[in-house]
This record gives sequence, structure tokens and C-alpha cells, in this order.
Amino acid sequence: MAAAEFDTPVLNEYPVIPRLEKDVMKHSQPFVAKAEFQEKLGFPGELVDDWQQVAIDKMGELKDKYRSLQVFLDSCVKCGACTDKCHYYLGTTDPKNMPVARQDLFRKVYRRYYTLSGKLFPKLVGAEDLTKEVLDDWYSYFHQCSQCRRCSVYCPYGIDTAEISMAAREVMDAVGKGQKYCNEIIGKAQTIGNNLGLPEPALVDTLEGLEEDVEEDTGVKVRFPVDEKGAEVLLITPSADFFAEPHIDGLIGYAKVFHQAGISWTLSSYASEAANFGMFIGSYENMQKLALRIRQAAIDLGVKRIVFGECGHAWRVAYSFLNTLAGPFDFLDANYPVPQHMCEVTYQLIQEGKLNLDPSENDDMVVTYHDSCNVARASRMGDMPGGQFEIPRAIIKAVCNNYVDMPSYAIKEGTYCCGGGGGLLTDDLIELRVKGAQPRMEALKNVVDDYGVTHMAAICAICKSQFSKVFPYYDFRMDQIVSLHQLVSNAIVLEPENVSEGDEEDATDNEDQAEAA
Amino acid sequence: MPLEVNGQSYETDEEGYLANLNDWQPELAEAMATADGAELSDNHWEVINFLREYYEEYQIAPAVRVLTKAIGKKLGKDKGNSKYLYELFPYGPAKQACKYAGLPKPTGCV
Repeated sequence: MAAAEFDTPVLNEYPVIPRLEKDVMKHSQPFVAKAEFQEKLGFPGELVDDWQQVAIDKMGELKDKYRSLQVFLDSCVKCGACTDKCHYYLGTTDPKNMPVARQDLFRKVYRRYYTLSGKLFPKLVGAEDLTKEVLDDWYSYFHQCSQCRRCSVYCPYGIDTAEISMAAREVMDAVGKGQKYCNEIIGKAQTIGNNLGLPEPALVDTLEGLEEDVEEDTGVKVRFPVDEKGAEVLLITPSADFFAEPHIDGLIGYAKVFHQAGISWTLSSYASEAANFGMFIGSYENMQKLALRIRQAAIDLGVKRIVFGECGHAWRVAYSFLNTLAGPFDFLDANYPVPQHMCEVTYQLIQEGKLNLDPSENDDMVVTYHDSCNVARASRMGDMPGGQFEIPRAIIKAVCNNYVDMPSYAIKEGTYCCGGGGGLLTDDLIELRVKGAQPRMEALKNVVDDYGVTHMAAICAICKSQFSKVFPYYDFRMDQIVSLHQLVSNAIVLEPENVSEGDEEDATDNEDQAEAA
Repeated sequence: MPLEVNGQSYETDEEGYLANLNDWQPELAEAMATADGAELSDNHWEVINFLREYYEEYQIAPAVRVLTKAIGKKLGKDKGNSKYLYELFPYGPAKQACKYAGLPKPTGCV
């Protein structure tokens, strides 16, 4: 466990486009998945003998299945608008981390086998055979893309490198060269119900501990229910919320919000994971399996609403794909969006004045907000364009007196990935993660130096874990990253005399009787 | 890369976690710590033993909060926080301590 040897990038006053250093990140490759993890997901256990043909066929299948993929491969005009937009390029200086160069690793093979000019005059059109070297480059550089889509915002054609990188990973899985981190986790989620491999008794024990803690802190019994049939809300949240810090403080925040608003809710031990790693490897089938667990849990528990906790990629899958993967959700209450984000729930309750908040509880902090890439660029919140930017900020401003935004190029649709998204949050890629965080660290340092920012809030489990890990490399403290609902949790004033849920039901019953009488 | 202790060889994964939970014995934890340039004190052992007990009951490492609470009860309230655990295990209590305790590495967005 010796510390990996690499230099932490320098933080400048403003972004500087670095000089190119060819192949400096070629060595960066994640561990390859073992046969047991591969086969569980329906992929070959190791590199198949005729891998080249299998890969070419798979590429053909994918370009026909996803029209967008072929359009992205055909339409690049090499204008260069994307070149300095990737955080991995900015942090590593490797030219193959320029989005266009990353796409070209895939595009050159596509041209060779699927375009006339590439078949006839490969050298003239930048077409290349799929060799072992090319496959190695794929394995390196398609695991240096966090699928954050920042480059696609600046591309005049809207080419989405994330989709190309998902397709490349799907091809690599098909030939038996999958990534250990993602594929082991997908297998766990499919058997145990979450990415951690947290079985039901451990989940229940952890949540009981939280009930005790919150009661000790506040004197109020705030519940953390599991598998409660007939609850109004099924909360689907990343399993990191049960396990890691500061994630768990966010979970406490959700519970307090539901408590104060009198909304009955439950977690599910069967669908105890929001983060859908099937998306990272481009696998529709694996993505669907996790989505169907959520549907099944909602049916079994008889809930009326599904709410997602703080998890960036989960919200992309939920907001953009859930209905296609596992719908229709016509058995849920149509008065609420399906699914709903926890931030939407809290925001609405704040608007309605249903939360008793004391923002001075957060006066020890000056807070900034990190827009998580998949929430910012692949989804929305609320019913207005840009709601995914405004709603989290509105919540923070309602619970904190001191809020400052980072520079405009580094937030909202231009936000930088934390450096650990898209299935790269693994220790074997720590050099990439530290270097890829450079643009975000630079923007953060900017507001720390100029405005005295002390904490950064986020709504994604990956972002939170990534920042706790990489902050010390940049001389920040690991506890300077906080969950958004942790801030809510600090500010929410729970009155010990609050009627508990049971009493409230009694009260309603009495009213009903009174009315009847 | 197998771990060699007392002339015996124990299988580990790419990151040095024990492949078989049942292989574990205190000497292996000592050997892993030595390889990391660390020495295990009684307080390290409190954490390692708690992890093993918890794993035996729940088949998973405890959440960081569960761990800090348990350690706070055993070693005093001033030590029941993740700052103290990071002092003991600078690579992270969940990961480094799990490794020494012979537990699988926690996975997911952690």
C-alpha cells in the first residue's frame, strides 16, 4: 500500500492550457476483471481467441442499435473546440485525453471496417486496423473518461464522448476485457441489492444506530425505516449513504426532512442501491436489472412515490432512463414526478414553509456548491430549465447564511467532474483521480483564497468520496466536503414536542371521528 | 502477489487483500503493517478485532460511523471519531484496517 509516485498538479490563479506530453498516462490502466466477475454478467471470462472479429462485430451491432453513436463517429470535423475542455487532459497533459483524440481511438477503427474510404484508403482518412496495441490504448484511455459530458457542451455538433466511451467499454466487455471495479460491483448489486454488498441485517443494524445517534443529538426520535409496507415514499439512495462520511450525514438530513414534513417513507433491503454501474460499462441489460429491482421494491412495498437520494449517475439513469428500463410506473401517485429527487422534495417543502430552518446553525461555514456532472448535464430538477442548478443552490441558501459560487466556467453546465466519476473511483486509478481533480481544485482554491470558502457541498456519492480522498493532495482537509442534506440536517430545528408519526395518525383519526360525529 | 509469513504462502488479490478470509491470523496483520512501514499498537488491534467481530456477525465491514462509535466506547470518547481512525490508519480506516483484518475491500462509491 505504498503511496503511488506521481506529482500532484499545480493550481494556478486561472486555468492554463498545459503543454502536451505524449503518452504520459498510457500506463494508467485499472485492474482487469477476473473470470468470476465477468461471467456473472454474461461476458467472457478472459480475452477470447478471435477477439478482433468479436470486437468489430460488436462495434457494428452498437452503431446500428444506437444511431447517436454512428452520428457521433461520422460528424466530427476536427474543429478543436473540445480539446481543452476535459479535466483529465487539463490535469494529466496527455493529448489522448483530449476528447477528440479519445473519440478517435474508437473512430479510426470504425472507419477502417465500416466506411468505404477507410476500407479502400485507410491511411488517407485516418483509419486503422484493430490491433492489440489499439485495444491496449482503449483500455487505458476509455478508463480515463468519466463520461461527464463537459466536452459535449462545447462541441458545435454536440458529440457526446461519454456515449463513445460507454460503447468502447461495452466492446471490451464483449471480448473479455472488463474492468474489475465496475464489474465486481454490478455483480454484487445484482445478488445482494447494493454496490457495497451490505446485507439486510447489517443495513438494519446501521440504521438503528443512526436512530440512536439522532435521538442523542436532538432528543427527537427520527425514524430510518426499512421494508415498511404502505409507506408513501420509497427512498432509493446510494449504499455509500449507509457507509461512508460525509454521505451518512446526508442520509440523516433526508430522514429529518421526511420526519418534519410528516411524510412516511421507507428504504428497501431488496433495492438498496441508487448508483447504477451498468451505465458506466454501456450495458443496457445490466442497467435494466438494477432498475427492475427498484420497480419490484416499489410494487412489493406498495409505495406511492419513488425518491432518489444524492447520487449523480443514479439521477441520470433515474431521470432519463428509468421509465424506458422498468416502466410504466402507472401504479404510483401521478401527482408527483416519477421519479423525484430528494432535492425537489426538500425544495418544495421549503417553498411551502413546512420546514423549520435555522441557517445560523451553519454560520461556522462559508459554502460553495459543486455541480455533479451527471445531474448538471444529463438530467433536470423541478419544472423549469436549469432547475438542476437552481434548486440545490436555493436549498443551500435557505439553510446557510454564507454562500459563494465558484467561477462561472467551473459551475452549472460548465462544471468540472470531480475526477472519479464514470466507474473510475478506484484506488488503482489514484494518479488519474488526483490529476483529474486539478480543474475543480483550482476553481475551489480561487473562492477559498478570495472569499474565505470553508466547505464545498455536493449531491453525489462519488463526488463526496473522491473529494475526501483527493483533498489532502491539494492541501485541503478531507472534511471540507459536505453533503447538501448535511447542511439541511444542521439547520433543521426539530422540536422535541413534535407529535410523532403514531400520535399524528391518532390525531387524524380523532378528527375524523369528530367530523363523523 | 502472495504474502509470505513463517514459511507459509497466503494468496492475496492485486491490492494485497487476503483471498481467503479463513487464512487470517494475527501474524498476517503484522506482516501487512510491516510492509506498509507501520507498527500495530494495542489501539490498532482494538479496531482490527472489532472489524473481525462485526464481519463475523454481518458479513460486511461496519460503516465508518458504526466503527467510530464502537471505538469511542472502548477507547474513550475523544477517540470515537474518524480523525483518530485516520491517525491510526492513514490510508483510511475502512480500507487499510479491513485489509489488516483480512476482510474484503469495501466496494462501491466509497
